[in-house]
Amino acid sequence: MPHALSVVFDSLPYLLQGSFLTIGIVVAAMCLGLVLGICMAVGLVYGNRFVKYLLTAYVWIFRGVPVVVLLFLFYFGLFNFLDLQFSAFTAVTIVLGMTTGAYQANIFRGAILSLPKGQFNAAIGLGMSELQAIKNIVLPQILRMSIPAWSNEYSIILKDSALAFVIGAPEIMARTQFVASRTYQHLSLYITAGIIYFLLTWAGVIALRRLERHLRIPGYSHQGNQ
Amino acid sequence: MFELSPFYQELLTSLNRGLLMSIALIIPSAIGGVLIGIIAGSLRTFGDPVVKAIGDTYAAIFRGTPLVIQLFILYFGLPNIGIYLSPYVAAVVGFTLCSGAYQSEYVRGALLSIKSGQYLGAQALGFTTLQVIFWIIVPQAVRRAIHGCGNEIIYLIKYSSLAFIVTCVELTGEGKTIATEYFRFTEVFTILGLYYLGLVSLAMVILKKIEQRLYVPGFGHN
Amino acid sequence: MMTETDQILRVTDISKSFGGNTILNAVSVKLAKGEIKVLIGPSGGGKSTLLQCINCLVVPDAGAIELENETIDFRRKQDLYRLRQQVGMIFQDFNLFDHLTALDNITIALRRVKKMDKNQARQRARLELDQVGLGDKEALYPAQLSGGQKQRLAIARALAMDPKILLLDEPTSALDPTLIGEVIAVIKGLAVKGMTMIMATHQISLIYNLADEILFMENGRIVEQGPPAALLAAGNTSRSQGFCDRLNELAEVDG
Ligand SMILES: Nc1ncnc2c1ncn2[C@@H]1O[C@H](COP(=O)(O)OP(=O)(O)OP(=O)(O)O)[C@@H](O)[C@H]1O
Ligand SMILES: [Mg+2]
Repeated sequence: MPHALSVVFDSLPYLLQGSFLTIGIVVAAMCLGLVLGICMAVGLVYGNRFVKYLLTAYVWIFRGVPVVVLLFLFYFGLFNFLDLQFSAFTAVTIVLGMTTGAYQANIFRGAILSLPKGQFNAAIGLGMSELQAIKNIVLPQILRMSIPAWSNEYSIILKDSALAFVIGAPEIMARTQFVASRTYQHLSLYITAGIIYFLLTWAGVIALRRLERHLRIPGYSHQGNQ
Repeated sequence: MFELSPFYQELLTSLNRGLLMSIALIIPSAIGGVLIGIIAGSLRTFGDPVVKAIGDTYAAIFRGTPLVIQLFILYFGLPNIGIYLSPYVAAVVGFTLCSGAYQSEYVRGALLSIKSGQYLGAQALGFTTLQVIFWIIVPQAVRRAIHGCGNEIIYLIKYSSLAFIVTCVELTGEGKTIATEYFRFTEVFTILGLYYLGLVSLAMVILKKIEQRLYVPGFGHN
Repeated sequence: MMTETDQILRVTDISKSFGGNTILNAVSVKLAKGEIKVLIGPSGGGKSTLLQCINCLVVPDAGAIELENETIDFRRKQDLYRLRQQVGMIFQDFNLFDHLTALDNITIALRRVKKMDKNQARQRARLELDQVGLGDKEALYPAQLSGGQKQRLAIARALAMDPKILLLDEPTSALDPTLIGEVIAVIKGLAVKGMTMIMATHQISLIYNLADEILFMENGRIVEQGPPAALLAAGNTSRSQGFCDRLNELAEVDG
């Protein structure tokens, strides 16, 4: 066992370096998902029939197909087919961003629908343009309402990012596999990787919970997850 | 007659074989996950502080780490201490433990949402503790948990695609083999995606049917 | 006056404390068949705790409860279950079973506790629903009923068990003022039929019209007791009198 520990000790800096890429993937995917999610939610609520069908199909596909299959499809299939030279990092970010976008679309859609109609009308009544009303009144409220659901999404994407190793992005999981296949200390190394993910997951979830409490407005009830 | 090219014939044969394997992974894991979820969820709600702490730790660990890592520990890690699991067993054990952790969360939420007045009302009529559990708590908890637990099973269907990583060749494994062999990624993975969409959509329809069957005013989710 | 055998319930010197706070301090109540006692007093005085002790939803720390001359052994679960079957309880917030229809809210205890068969239970339940004016609501769920209807259903559910005594804990406090009347009417109907009751209430009309005796509770003790005519007589300086005067003032402001 001491050998296992010394392997862990020696490779820890190398593994931890992977967490930069992991965090990079998560943050980039969350941002992409946020933008996609908001746009699609607006389309799902206010769009015409055609737009709604299209977006519903998108959400259905990205919620129904496993992330690994999407990674294979995009990285080895579509991106090649379209002659796009994406790095593994970019590919993972796009796939995870599009996936979380589908979930976030539903979250924001629920938030928009739960917003009393009076909010929008009151803003218009004060002389705001429709765009101003959405930006100043609707968005701040639905973003605030969506924070609990976000912490859920964060923890899902973080864990899904470990699948990036199937297309070779050198994040935590891929690095762990690399070291393990050379040292044969699988158990201790994967437990170490598990601990790193565990800490990243709960640190993020707790931070988002803090943010939620910080932004909480008295008398403002929050939506549960999803 | 419309005839499939040899490539497609082989692809569909492989995927259908993989589908059976995926189902053989999903069904025991879903059942095991729900059972563990019920036990762990109940203990986390009603257990004494020590039991509660153990249950909470279990849930936090399996919800806080990627499923791939859990599978790698079971399949590649345990041999380091002399425990060898077959790919299928490792996958089912991993899926069950992970799914159980998430299920316990829904079960716990459902149990916590039952108001103490429901126990009081039943006790005041002379119900025994067992009768309260069986006739009041369980029927209400089932209605409160069904949406979350059903969605968790849908997640499980998707994440069963990770079994191929520990060499248990199911849908995704079969698809990947053919795709690599023929170098036709886009077609293979699109069709593979359709298989999963079919499975997930079927599960969603069944879940919706069950939810409708159990619907009682005042118990809707959201 | 009252002989030993007339008494259906004898509660003797029961005490209860929660975490070092004495909530009930050696409280005794005797109840004759058909008698109605009304508990009044300031919030936190122990009224709910006393009622819940009487059917052992809260098991007393000390003291004795005798129902029809049978002493309840607090350590025997069977004794507690049997006591609760015979003593009905109406709660402030109804405690209806949210997953069952109005009809099944009544039949479930008949079938599971009294072991009646399904048809018998349904017949009995329909009878009770008619009695409280909910004959046409049997298929509705609690979430679909108004507050007044919920409380009437709770009363029907308790009555279906043929209780020897009914305990009512502020049965109208959770209701909209407009819905209180229908529940009061049902309770008055019970009194006319001779139901034995102990009721905590701040509803003046129930106190004046129904109480055979008022028990004024404060700090876990009964500090005053007597018939309303005596306690609430004009010019009396009893605690109950002062309390009811204040309730009257509130009622006037409200109504
Ligand atoms: N389970 C419990 N644990 C701790 N304290 C309790 C418990 N139940 C009641 N108490 C305390 O006992 C005291 C009496 O409560 P009780 O509900 O019997 O009063 P009450 O006379 O019914 O008041 P109200 O008019 O507000 O209903 C209160 O101070 C309450 O906080
Ligand atoms: Mg009370």
